[in-house]
Amino acid sequence: MAKANQKVHPLEELIRTERLPHIWCPGCGVGTVFSACLSAIQETGIDHKKFTMISGIGCSGRGAGYVKLDSFHTTHGRAIPFASGIKMANPSLNVIVFSGDGDLFAIGGNHFIHAARRNMDITVICINNFIYGMTGGQVAATTPHMDRSATTPYGNPETPFNLPLMAYASGATYVARWTMIHSRDLTDSFVEAINHRGFSFIEVLSPCPINYGRRNKIKSLNMLKMFADNTIIKNNADPAQLDIDFKKGIVLGKFVDIDKPTPDENYEKICAMRE
Amino acid sequence: MKPKVLTGEHFINGDIACAEGAIAAGCTFFGAYPITPATEVAERMSERLPDVCGVFIQMEDEIAAMTSILGAAWTGVKTMTATSGPGFSLMMETVGLSVVTETPCVVVNVQRGGPSTGLPTMGAQADMMQAKWGSHGDYEIIAIAPSSPQEMFDLTIEAFNLSEKYRVPVFIMSDEVVGHMSEKVVIPEAKEIKTIARIKPRGRKDQFKPFQPEENGVPPMPAIGDGYNVHVTGLTHDEQGYPVMSVEAQKDMMGRLLSKIRDNLDDIIRTEEYLLDDADIVIVSYGVSARTAFTAVDMAREMGIRVGLLRLITVWPFPEEMIRDLSKRVKGFVTVEINMGQISREVQRCVGSNVPSYLVGHAGGTVITPDEVINLIKEVFMVTNHHCINK
Ligand SMILES: Cc1ncc(C[n+]2csc(CCOP(=O)(O)OP(=O)(O)O)c2C)c(N)n1
Ligand code: SF4
Ligand SMILES: [Mg+2]
Repeated sequence: MAKANQKVHPLEELIRTERLPHIWCPGCGVGTVFSACLSAIQETGIDHKKFTMISGIGCSGRGAGYVKLDSFHTTHGRAIPFASGIKMANPSLNVIVFSGDGDLFAIGGNHFIHAARRNMDITVICINNFIYGMTGGQVAATTPHMDRSATTPYGNPETPFNLPLMAYASGATYVARWTMIHSRDLTDSFVEAINHRGFSFIEVLSPCPINYGRRNKIKSLNMLKMFADNTIIKNNADPAQLDIDFKKGIVLGKFVDIDKPTPDENYEKICAMRE
Repeated sequence: MKPKVLTGEHFINGDIACAEGAIAAGCTFFGAYPITPATEVAERMSERLPDVCGVFIQMEDEIAAMTSILGAAWTGVKTMTATSGPGFSLMMETVGLSVVTETPCVVVNVQRGGPSTGLPTMGAQADMMQAKWGSHGDYEIIAIAPSSPQEMFDLTIEAFNLSEKYRVPVFIMSDEVVGHMSEKVVIPEAKEIKTIARIKPRGRKDQFKPFQPEENGVPPMPAIGDGYNVHVTGLTHDEQGYPVMSVEAQKDMMGRLLSKIRDNLDDIIRTEEYLLDDADIVIVSYGVSARTAFTAVDMAREMGIRVGLLRLITVWPFPEEMIRDLSKRVKGFVTVEINMGQISREVQRCVGSNVPSYLVGHAGGTVITPDEVINLIKEVFMVTNHHCINK
């Protein structure tokens, strides 16, 4: 209980305050995205008991550990199949997957593709910090070409994923991208995604000053400045044009919003129709 | 639409019987990935689950199949998956998650010859150690070995009951032969089938500790949406379920995960004895090989050799004490299994230097014949130990 003269944090109801302080570094973007997610949960007005949050492993994946909901910190890459099991077994739940780029798109990439294809009715929030933060800054499937990391000390020879394109091509019915500084748009987007029926995916660009910024000589504030200055909001942009290139400018916005039945709905219908 | 329990006499194979056992036990979620010789379990479940308002989903691989059943289990339902060697290997990561988060589930392994892709259509019993040790870290699980389609039905129900009671993954370690052989299976009346329901928490929700055990060492388990706001993690955690990175927390958590099985061996372990009372030589066997062993015992007895059988219905936890006790009064052990020495090593470990212990094994692909068992018994015990015969 807060003392009379102490202000109660507006999200306190949704935070396991006894677990604070959190593990995120100063200047890290994960906490901001996490707050936006909790605000969105509040804004939907839906009973908290009808929410569950699932994370994989990573700094971003610690989200599930701080939210005061039934919350699951699973294994690396497996948040989506865990979430899919929950959703199919109890379709009345709002299932949010909160995890990192490495978790969702390297080790968990196949699960992402298939959940999107199925239009599984879950909300997937990916914190894209362009790196494996938790393990000390190794190259990810999202690290820009030629960037440095703990395992590409001379520059990344590979090309990163265009995540919204992959989501769209796989069958996701809601796809958006924001950065952690666009917190109003982000929260609105999360609310939309939670209310959306079907697979919704939001990529959130977020700084990891410790393990990405430092090696690539991008100061914390400069990263945020890039998020502000080198981005263009363009709703309904062609997903094929969403490659991440700070020099050209990064496109943000909502790119896909399609209404389509979900596997839990379809399954129920098909079973009801059988002889 | 068929009823939940298909009471009556059926002529079905082990895989189908296993699926029927699952439905009868109250399983309402199956996460699948096809693989020979376990596919029929999934196919049957896909057909039957809608009859009981259950859900079948074919996932993208066995990692996802196994992970989906853990997620589903936390909604309060009984869940299962079925696979064979290559898929069992992929599931091992999630087996650890099931153990440490104490998420009940039943995993069927209809074993085939390995390693790797091995012998897809031919049986073996060579994943027995993997069932015990396949995921990293120390842990205890329960593994059951059915010897017939009837037992595929009966023991699948048993597997669900043990899984719910102890909140551990329970493995049904079948094999291609039992999975694919058709025999008479008697399914009893629904009211005669004993099923165990998960213990739900009581008391104040805000003071509930999801990993605080009750008397038998097992904590009650709420479902998502019950309002307990549980946090469940694969990290080492305290009774609240919160991660704690310390030597003490690891010791406490591990201690309970092990002891909830080790302290309840009498309740968990099932064995069958055949002519053990006066036996000089004990055959230890399980699953399809136990069928060979029964015949071998009869053949040996006809020849005047006092052989008995200890059939392991539960293979893990291992009935150590029983074998240790037997080793004090018999002349030797023979383990019969379709592998190159797995459970025989456990037997050897328990027997120590008390008496000799041998393996009648096989690299896989076919069953062991009773003659092979008899030949070994004659060779080893009649030559080196002939005084133990017809004393
Ligand atoms: C199976 C497995 N492999 C590797 C690891 C080590 N690991 C922990 S977190 C992580 C990467 C996380 O990256 P990301 O998802 O981008 O999260 P971030 O820390 O950047 O938020 C890895 C490789 C693991 N925990 N499990
Ligand atoms: S390592 Fe990077 S991603 Fe992880 S908490 Fe620190 S800043 Fe954030
Ligand atoms: Mg990352």
